[in-house]
Amino acid sequence: MESAETTLARYGMVIDLDRCNGCGACATACAVENNVPPANTSATERTGLTWLRVQRVSNGRQFPQNRAVYIPISCQQCGEHTPCVSVCPQNAVDVNPETGVVSQVPARCLGCRYCMAACPFHARYFNWFDPKWPDGMEATLNPDVSIRMRGVVEKCNFCHGRWQAAKAKAAANGARDIDPADYVPACVDACPEKAITFGNLDDPRSDAARASKSANAFRFLEKLGTDPKVYYRSDRAWVRRLADADVTARESEASRG
Amino acid sequence: MNPRGPLTFALGLASALALGWVAYPRLQYRSVEQPIQFSHKIHTGESVGMTCAECHPLGDDGRFAGLPSIATCEPCHTETQGTTKNEKHFVEQYVTKGREVPWLVYARQPENVYFAHAPHIGLAHLPCERCHGPHGGSDQLRPYQENRLSSYSRDIWGPSATRLARAEWEGMKMTDCSACHEAHGVRESCLTCHK
Repeated sequence: MESAETTLARYGMVIDLDRCNGCGACATACAVENNVPPANTSATERTGLTWLRVQRVSNGRQFPQNRAVYIPISCQQCGEHTPCVSVCPQNAVDVNPETGVVSQVPARCLGCRYCMAACPFHARYFNWFDPKWPDGMEATLNPDVSIRMRGVVEKCNFCHGRWQAAKAKAAANGARDIDPADYVPACVDACPEKAITFGNLDDPRSDAARASKSANAFRFLEKLGTDPKVYYRSDRAWVRRLADADVTARESEASRG
Repeated sequence: MNPRGPLTFALGLASALALGWVAYPRLQYRSVEQPIQFSHKIHTGESVGMTCAECHPLGDDGRFAGLPSIATCEPCHTETQGTTKNEKHFVEQYVTKGREVPWLVYARQPENVYFAHAPHIGLAHLPCERCHGPHGGSDQLRPYQENRLSSYSRDIWGPSATRLARAEWEGMKMTDCSACHEAHGVRESCLTCHK
């Protein structure tokens, strides 16, 4: 198993929750970029495919103290003891040593969904239905992303096709290192609020590395020690407290009213 | 012991092996002729003298153009070059009508494979022949062999069923890519070649 220490770059993002207004443009751009088919009519929140979903969380207070925050959640690209990697019986998941991105190879996946059970962020999705597009829409599919069949698991890979394209562009000009401007995931591109900062967390010059070290930056479930590469930031203390929220904490909050 | 025993065994073994190594591969693939014949030799030969990259270019953005479109052929082939039936058919049916030739691509990889020419040309400096063989000097397009089960081209496995004594460029399987990557110290993971 590869771990974070051995990767050449550690791509990650910092999502500013104070800027996110919950519009969902990131989720739509993600689905279009990654050939996620329109939801089956019988799909539910649990059986649909949402590599990136926007969760609405309220502070649990009554009006006029009620506040809400929208939290875009995708694969958190864990760098340490990556739970999905260690449970996969098929070697269908690994950590890319060049990017630190946690891969998912649907063609190897046997559909046991052990990784979904292991994922602390519920960021993995199972194809319960055959992928189907309305007539003619196949022509808009992205050739850099393969489509997945019924019976396999899929998830966010930081738009790996875009990284491949950036790398090919650099290589065509004889360079090994990509231009950071060439590799930006679709959700980052689409955000009208510019709430997502993306880049190499190991490169001290990148905006993402700087933002990830800011005082109000945090990660979800950091206590599990999986070293996620998706950071969030908020100036609101109650939002930051959500980071380690678990069922007991939520229940005690609810009982406080 | 029946003296015919070993003989029967040997005959049985030989026929079973023949079935597996000769008959089955023949059954497994169907041959499809290319829509028209094309001679690489004429184009790369002395009278025309084209290079691979003139028809199969790699763009500055790292995208490989693959097979040339009819627009690449047009400057020379608006009029019939030579007297062959093939050329007449090509000019009348494709160039004049502006239709693309539906070539069958020998080297087409399965859909879950990501392959970029750019790192192999720009960084590893591999010649085209390393993976595609010396077909630049071929006079004929051989029939395209399609796997009846997977519909993949036979070139992915390579022409030899046993893969013994195969040439360096024969076969474009994952193990073939990986062997070369390993020999040259390329750090790879699933997403290096899969999408």
